[in-house]
Amino acid sequence: MATDILMPALSPTMEEGKLAKWLKKEGDPVKSGDVLAEIETDKATMEVEAIDEGVLAKILIEEGTEGVAVNTPIAIIAGEGEDVAAAAASGGKPKPNGAGGHPAPTPDMQAEGMADKPAPAAKSGEDAQKAPAAPAIITNKADEPVMEEFPANTPMVTTTVREALRDAMAEEMRRDGDVFVMGEEVAEYQGAYKITQGLLQEFGARRVVDTPITEHGFAGIGVGAALSGLKPIVEFMTFNFAMQAIDHIINSAAKTLYMSGGQLGCPIVFRGPNGAAARVGAQHSHDYAAWYSNVPGLKVIAPYTASDAKGLLKAAIRDPNPIIFLENEILYGQSFPVPQLDDFVLPIGKARVHRTGKDVTIVSFAIGMTYALKAAQILAEEGIEAEVIDLRTIRPMDSETVVRSVKKTGRCITVEEGFPQSGIGAEIVARLMVDAFDYLDAPVLRITGKDVPMPYAANLEKLALPNVAEVVEAAKSVCYK
Amino acid sequence: MDAAKEPAKDASSSQPQVASPEAGSSQAGSPQVIEAHKPAPNMPQFTREEDLHAYHEMLLIRRFEEKAGQLYGMGLIGGFCHLYIGQEAVVIGMQMASIDGDQVITGYRDHGHMLACGMDPKGVMAELTGRRGGYSRGKGGSMHMFSREKQFFGGHGIVGAQVSLGTGLAFADHYRDNGKVSLTYMGDGAANQGQVYESFNMAALWKLPVVYVIENNRYAMGTSVARASAQTDFSKRGLSFGIPGEQVDGMDVRTVREAAARAVEHARTGQGPYILEMQTYRYRGHSMSDPAKYRTKDEVSKMRDEHDPIEMVRKRLLELHGVPEAEIKATDAKVRETVNAAAEFATNDPEPDPAELWTDILLDAHA
Repeated sequence: MATDILMPALSPTMEEGKLAKWLKKEGDPVKSGDVLAEIETDKATMEVEAIDEGVLAKILIEEGTEGVAVNTPIAIIAGEGEDVAAAAASGGKPKPNGAGGHPAPTPDMQAEGMADKPAPAAKSGEDAQKAPAAPAIITNKADEPVMEEFPANTPMVTTTVREALRDAMAEEMRRDGDVFVMGEEVAEYQGAYKITQGLLQEFGARRVVDTPITEHGFAGIGVGAALSGLKPIVEFMTFNFAMQAIDHIINSAAKTLYMSGGQLGCPIVFRGPNGAAARVGAQHSHDYAAWYSNVPGLKVIAPYTASDAKGLLKAAIRDPNPIIFLENEILYGQSFPVPQLDDFVLPIGKARVHRTGKDVTIVSFAIGMTYALKAAQILAEEGIEAEVIDLRTIRPMDSETVVRSVKKTGRCITVEEGFPQSGIGAEIVARLMVDAFDYLDAPVLRITGKDVPMPYAANLEKLALPNVAEVVEAAKSVCYK
Repeated sequence: MDAAKEPAKDASSSQPQVASPEAGSSQAGSPQVIEAHKPAPNMPQFTREEDLHAYHEMLLIRRFEEKAGQLYGMGLIGGFCHLYIGQEAVVIGMQMASIDGDQVITGYRDHGHMLACGMDPKGVMAELTGRRGGYSRGKGGSMHMFSREKQFFGGHGIVGAQVSLGTGLAFADHYRDNGKVSLTYMGDGAANQGQVYESFNMAALWKLPVVYVIENNRYAMGTSVARASAQTDFSKRGLSFGIPGEQVDGMDVRTVREAAARAVEHARTGQGPYILEMQTYRYRGHSMSDPAKYRTKDEVSKMRDEHDPIEMVRKRLLELHGVPEAEIKATDAKVRETVNAAAEFATNDPEPDPAELWTDILLDAHA
């Protein structure tokens, strides 16, 4: 059967080019891979290769012709054993473009100056489709009361956040042989912050793996193990060091399920202390909650209490998705009551009303809760009843609980240690603009870390972090008091 | 260089089988030349069936990639499209030495690896055209395809990332003690990434069952090895970790399989990682939009004319094994038919349903 050779495109945005030279002439035999012709644009040249075997029956476009449109037949190849003259007379009809049309320009083509203008967006003969609406993520229904997370008569044990995290890992490792923990100093040293204390003794070196100081490498190894079905807990000594590994967290862990059409899940927990400790300077004090919260394919958890740390870490380890579990060094030593239950697991994606009030809503998470709760206490003494919401999970964010509270109070402030621009507070403000605009009696204010790298000097560090007075002042301000 | 290309004599030795650091350094600055394929004294031979198998598998990749290039030219394939033409002997020789359950992971020049793993050409081509019948249901594209069934773990667009991930696959094999090996491919460009050496270190430290296959096709996009690498002998890149390495003629499927068997055996028997530098060549540009100004046409045509991995096998089939030409032509026709059917499917299969935009972001935790 005669085959038309079409004018190829050098790039997705090329529409026409010059047929510079024919390297075969009519009547020449051709085989697959033979160079038939050279085409060029002002950016590049390319060879047109034969795909099929046969004889070059007819040249339709003479060499030297400029402005040859992509997909124009430029020659006819007669198949093996076919009558060349008949083939030459048969083909050469213009073909419609492929269903995909011209794809969008890609970055390197733009860099090479190949994308002179945006590619047409039309697909499948239709105009640009409207994206379907995102499915609603059900967390708390707006009218649903806050559920008790354990029976009221459960005995409580005073536990540090540190112990609660260790207990969560130990319980899940007992439950599932595919769960293991890896990271720097997690085994023999018993954890740089003693979170993995005792795990090596109970589970052995196969499941409690000391790594070299090599975040990029061991994060990738952890993700590879997870893609193969194991359930790694990767401890970063701090999330500051995870910057070396962020490519694997985002590009390898978060995106692979989508890119594989749902085939390859990545059940992994990345955990470790996040944000400022004390006097450790700019490179050891960064709060990454907002960074990871930006990425579809991740869940991001940042607990405040020991009870939440335990229940949410257990849930994170069981979750089939990649989880960022942000801890805080200053909170590690703080004690909270933890329910004494055999298997205490909390739902991911639900905020908790930590303190109820009717005058102003304070939304916070992790160590930010310490400022929020102290401020609420002071405000109460001054007659302002603040409702304090602990987000607990940053992504998916439980905005329903926040909106329900704001509909009641009409006022809201947010508290976090992270930077102001594009922070978690900014996200809450944006959501309230859409979902609670008519209920707001004052602009929502954000209390954040200052927009500076963390200084070392004690006085400057204190100034860089949020403080209780700022929270009190902001709460009064939105109450017009 | 000849000494480095000699197959290792003692496959069981855990000592690095590489030349001293001085040897091979003279290559830097001058293009590598693979010597013409005269039969080496100990050249491994293939049986008739093995050569027939290799011919079919390599030809399938070649024709598939030519077709992909054609569809790209027609605007049916978008974005990036990196063709494997010229390098077919590497992945086929490696697969001939592996067993079911061994995992494969590679970078972005991945179509050949998928076909070699037994993935359906229709599903691969339909992913290239972004259709619902593609392996990733049209959501991955050329660089991001996977098959858990065939133990193919991608398809990765970040240069070098697959090396740590592949080491993680080997970590899982080691953890499960399942006797499987991770075949982790990278190019000469990726071999300069930092995480490669972090991975080498841990793989050697923990004796993970991983074979690192460095496909040295001489150019990282447009930068030649000599312009990018202080040590151009990639088989030595694991030397400081005690990882044995070999330089292999990657244009000859027989030498590839022989070296692969040695490397895979080493990894499978608990002796840790192994490095194979496959000296190969890509005929096409880095991607479809590559004007290829960094090398001469003579260099490309010399490789095609004198070292083509498929032509070599074809010649052996005719001259050594006495396979009738008609039988070879029948194989050619069968492969062409497979590829045409894949292109046909990939052209006519519908685009993904718009609702697919919102699926596969997270797995249901309660499923």
